Amino acid sequence: MLWYVIRRLLLIIPTLLGLSVIVFAIARLLPGDPVGLAAGPNATPEVIASVAAEFGLDKPIPVQYWTYLTGLLQGDWGVSLFTRRPVAADLAEFVPATLELVIAALLIAVVVGIPLGLLAAIRRDGIFDYLTRTVSLGAIAMPRFFLGLLLQLAFAMALNWLPLSGRFPLIEFPPDRITGFYTVDALLIGDWHAFGLALQHLALPALALSLSPLATILRMMRASTIEVLQQDYILTERALGIPSWIILFKYTLRNAVSATLTVIGLYVSWLLGGTVLVETIFDWPGLGLYSTQAILGQDFMPVIGVTLVIAMIYLVTSVIVDILQAVLNPKVRLQ
Amino acid sequence: MALLDISDLHLSMRSFEGETPILKGIDLTVERGQIWGVVGETGSGKSLTGLTISRLLPTTTARYTGGQVRFDGKDVLRASDREMRALRGGRIGMIFQDPTTNLNPSFRIGTQMVDAALHAARDKPEILGLTGRESRRARRRAAWDASVALLESFGLHDAADRMTRFPHEFSGGMRQRVLIAMAMIGQPDLLIADEPTTALDVSVQSQILRLIHRLVEERNIGVMFITHNLGVVAQLCSHVAVMYRGRIVERGPVTSVLKAPEHIYTRALMDAIPTARAQMDTLRGIDGPLRDRIEAEIAATAKEAAA
Ligand SMILES: Nc1ncnc2c1ncn2[C@@H]1O[C@H](COP(=O)(O)OP(=O)(O)OP(=O)(O)O)[C@@H](O)[C@H]1O
Ligand SMILES: [Mg+2]
Repeated sequence: MLWYVIRRLLLIIPTLLGLSVIVFAIARLLPGDPVGLAAGPNATPEVIASVAAEFGLDKPIPVQYWTYLTGLLQGDWGVSLFTRRPVAADLAEFVPATLELVIAALLIAVVVGIPLGLLAAIRRDGIFDYLTRTVSLGAIAMPRFFLGLLLQLAFAMALNWLPLSGRFPLIEFPPDRITGFYTVDALLIGDWHAFGLALQHLALPALALSLSPLATILRMMRASTIEVLQQDYILTERALGIPSWIILFKYTLRNAVSATLTVIGLYVSWLLGGTVLVETIFDWPGLGLYSTQAILGQDFMPVIGVTLVIAMIYLVTSVIVDILQAVLNPKVRLQ
Repeated sequence: MALLDISDLHLSMRSFEGETPILKGIDLTVERGQIWGVVGETGSGKSLTGLTISRLLPTTTARYTGGQVRFDGKDVLRASDREMRALRGGRIGMIFQDPTTNLNPSFRIGTQMVDAALHAARDKPEILGLTGRESRRARRRAAWDASVALLESFGLHDAADRMTRFPHEFSGGMRQRVLIAMAMIGQPDLLIADEPTTALDVSVQSQILRLIHRLVEERNIGVMFITHNLGVVAQLCSHVAVMYRGRIVERGPVTSVLKAPEHIYTRALMDAIPTARAQMDTLRGIDGPLRDRIEAEIAATAKEAAA
């Protein structure tokens, strides 16, 4: 098991390497004039040349790639053409922000979706089942940004229960950085006030992001529970007189969750890619906002950096999903 | 009082097309020490009869339209869910056809068996050698030990080790032994076996049959053994009931029924058994003109009975 995990994690490296070549090539070969954009509209050819030399962009692309790669191994992710800030520093700031949002959304989706799916399955064709089926269809179809706007209207503007946007009040200092997750850091230093503030800011965007995965997980969970309940071994367990709550919450739940897990894993990448609009609406300083600016400005170092980070998260997630799958389902052999 | 007494049981199943009568007046009495073979063509209602005894049919589709099922005097069809759960496992054990699908693939054998034992011991703590006042831990311990002992006695070596394994690590024959052990751990008085050997190869089949036979001798239980195989009935069973389209058309001690079958369907069933000498071209199924004759004869007997 341990060896399997190590091997899977090691396999991520060549994948990322290959990906970095492709992304680098695309970013550099795409038409456009990042140096000109960065140097400004009135720059003379000399200024442009010096900017190009400063960033090493006057060298052949393979050489540039090599420089990038060797830098990467030392933790140097390149420098933004615009802000001149090291990409590594930006990522350290924005990756936790987005991950916090995505994980919170996924947590909501799983914690609410799985029990509701189970309930819909055991009360199959009842009112609750019918209701969730209708609502979840709408939830999957509704665009996230629209839902975000609705939530803002209701909970921030009309009811004034939660902040409209941002990750933390501008006039207060966020908790000292340990992990970069405000909620986690606040908990780690035991600052309940900061934890509450971080949570309040997190609530609406996470909710907006969670609804579609929640609905999908609910439906998936409902379907797989119904499937499991029809299996022969459930009849055997009933014939043995095992109480129905044990059959449901022990013997059915695990098998149904194991079938739902794959969907949950897929949603991680969906969520990572889907944060842009939600981050924009809620002014959440995360990867979505960051990469949008970078793409529009043809600022390719951040673009490459973001791509590699997202790929890495995705690959690690799939390893985690496989491990969980093996824990839940003994027939899955890890090798 | 009979262990199991089914009288004039009628059952209908609901489906999209409406309600279909499936069982049309089943009468069957099983005493301790008897092994009843229940034979009959596919769809004749054998499995549904078995499931009815433990009331395991879905309430949404199954409707009992008449008759009653009495287990040890208790009216099964009118018992509460709670009473039924107490009967299952502790009084009535069941095993089914396919050992590959009847064990939960995600849980260790021991987990499933201990749960079965613990449940049965709630009403009958003595089966685990308990008084009912032990701690949870002690009860688990006892359930585990009893499971290991039972598996060992069923011919599973290293049972303690096997308890920690998952179903897919067992062969079909071993799984069926585990399933029988799970059904017997509660020391039920009646065992309902629905084609328990159909999915197994012949040598394993005879081991399982010997096991069931031994259980009857050792524990004096009653058995309802559903099968297609008249050869098995002849060897294992003390009595046989022949089902045809939701009715029992013939019943009695195995020796007399098989030696001198009275009902035309029973004779047809026996003719359909391929003997060692039978060639492919003399192999007879039940269809066409023969079926028409069976139908006619059944109709005639029904008219006679009514007259
Ligand atoms: N859930 C159900 N809903 C409706 N009809 C059913 C259902 N289950 C079984 N039946 C019908 O009831 C009849 C009897 O089924 P049953 O399973 O008892 O037959 P069987 O004698 O056990 O046959 P086999 O030898 O093939 O196992 C069949 O005609 C079948 O189509
Ligand atoms: Mg059957």
